Amino acid sequence: MPVEIDIAHVARLARLGLSEQELDHYRRQLGVILEHAARVQELEGEPSVDVTHPLGMVNAFREDLPGDSLDRDELLAQAPETRDGYFVAPPALEG
Amino acid sequence: MTWEAVIGIEVHVELSTESKMFCSCEVSFGAEPNTKVCPTCLGLPGALPVPNEKALDSIMAIGLALNCKVAPNSVFHRKNYFYADLPKNYQISQFDVPVCLDGYLDTTVDGETHRVGIERAHMEEDTGKSTHVGEGGRIHAASSTLLDFNRSGVPLVEIVSRPDIHSAAQARSYAQALRGVVAELGVSDARLEEGSIRFDANISIRPEGDDELGTKVEVKNMNSFRSLEQAVDYEIKRQIDLVESGGTVIQETRHWDEEAGVTHSMRTKEGSSDYRYFAEPDLVPMEMGREWVDRIAATLPELPEQRLERYRSAGLEDTLAAVLSGADSPLRGLYEDAVESGADARAAANWVTGEVTAWARRNETETQDLAISGSQLAGLLALIDDGKVSASAAKDVLDGVLLGEGDPAEVAESRDLIQISDSAAIDAVVDEVLQTNPDAVESLRNGEDKVLGFLVGQVMRATRGKADPQLVNATIRERVGSG
Repeated sequence: MPVEIDIAHVARLARLGLSEQELDHYRRQLGVILEHAARVQELEGEPSVDVTHPLGMVNAFREDLPGDSLDRDELLAQAPETRDGYFVAPPALEG
Repeated sequence: MTWEAVIGIEVHVELSTESKMFCSCEVSFGAEPNTKVCPTCLGLPGALPVPNEKALDSIMAIGLALNCKVAPNSVFHRKNYFYADLPKNYQISQFDVPVCLDGYLDTTVDGETHRVGIERAHMEEDTGKSTHVGEGGRIHAASSTLLDFNRSGVPLVEIVSRPDIHSAAQARSYAQALRGVVAELGVSDARLEEGSIRFDANISIRPEGDDELGTKVEVKNMNSFRSLEQAVDYEIKRQIDLVESGGTVIQETRHWDEEAGVTHSMRTKEGSSDYRYFAEPDLVPMEMGREWVDRIAATLPELPEQRLERYRSAGLEDTLAAVLSGADSPLRGLYEDAVESGADARAAANWVTGEVTAWARRNETETQDLAISGSQLAGLLALIDDGKVSASAAKDVLDGVLLGEGDPAEVAESRDLIQISDSAAIDAVVDEVLQTNPDAVESLRNGEDKVLGFLVGQVMRATRGKADPQLVNATIRERVGSG
């Protein structure tokens, strides 16, 4: 049962610039995954375990106590571009 | 055609917890950039989030104050999108099972109660802060973006209203009332100018009488109640003009430009499915049991709308009740204590919102540092009531009390402000004044009432303003026999 995929839209959401050939390649690969998911959904009845949270644990919290943060110089040394303690990124808006 | 605006408001409230939502970095406004960050809030691979319990307490308090139901079970989801201030490329948020659901907030618009439904309040994390640099700091002309991740991961509560708002004035009133609730709860600094409370408006228009909703536009970047009102007003007009001239409203996010007083298109808004929400696998579900909800409910303070109602039923007229209700908590406490000590509610409210507030402003004193107790204020009002000090001398007494000179009666004594109501003392001064002004006395006898004021003035001068003017007035008339 083939699943319709707007692969160009998916690529845009992921900010990937793909060629026609690549789009086709990924459309087929993603299609196989989604077809499998569709088969799973055809199963009747509720799953016997919580599939998203299978641990059976609830309410794992921490107390509101502040702790240490990273050393800024060491942190910023990992970045491609910094200025006055900030990370520098390209302009935020797309053309 | 007549158009109806349909407006829903999304409010983001930054919680003032000590530490962030999913890591122990300190929450600190105004710290040096990128000094309150760690692998978790920087989205580094392998870092694991652990939720801050206090933040959950706070969102439950907000939900309960907004008459919401607290969901028995709730989970976090990942909201996926790409933006430079979101280092993980997803925000931990909530999708179909938020912590709080289905409440309302009553506000007062033009003297009438306006109820706005609350669809939900959910827990999420804030993003980093981006500063667009380039041409004049304006987002459209930016040449690069500076990023500070101190804010990344700060606990954030998003409160989504139902589309029950139909004008810019209602939008403003709702926003102000909501800010009042959050400030009262003490869960956030709730400062618009610092961005610790932020308002976005979803605005659409439809022909009046239609049930179907029009295409909505999200307007962002309003950092005062005034700009919220202006932006909503502008956007309603923009949409009406657009549609009436044959255009179509498109679903998008628009940015309010405060200086130009217009909204600009920012980006085409991604639909909900584009965010590819899925349950956050790094976090276990939450169960908000009855005991937890009850514990939070027991901590709720009196909320602004409830307080207003209580002031009104104590006999304060609407304006006075509203002014007092909006006053700083130390001033309200002073009022409460004075009434507790037997002061008349209206007199106490008038003095607190009038002379006491003015004194604090004049002397640049924080209201919590005002050195007057409720019983002292009640004592001062009793001095006026008993005719011991005049209303104007009472201001001097207040000054003395606030400067630490003692109780009202002591100050009135030491500053020599006790009103002379002793008739023997006044008789003596009146007689002296009458003797030295025989012409005026003659005129008064002949019915020239205007000289009465002159004679009263002379007595007041001789007593340095301390005589009870009404008593002086009566005594002169009696002595001259002109009454």
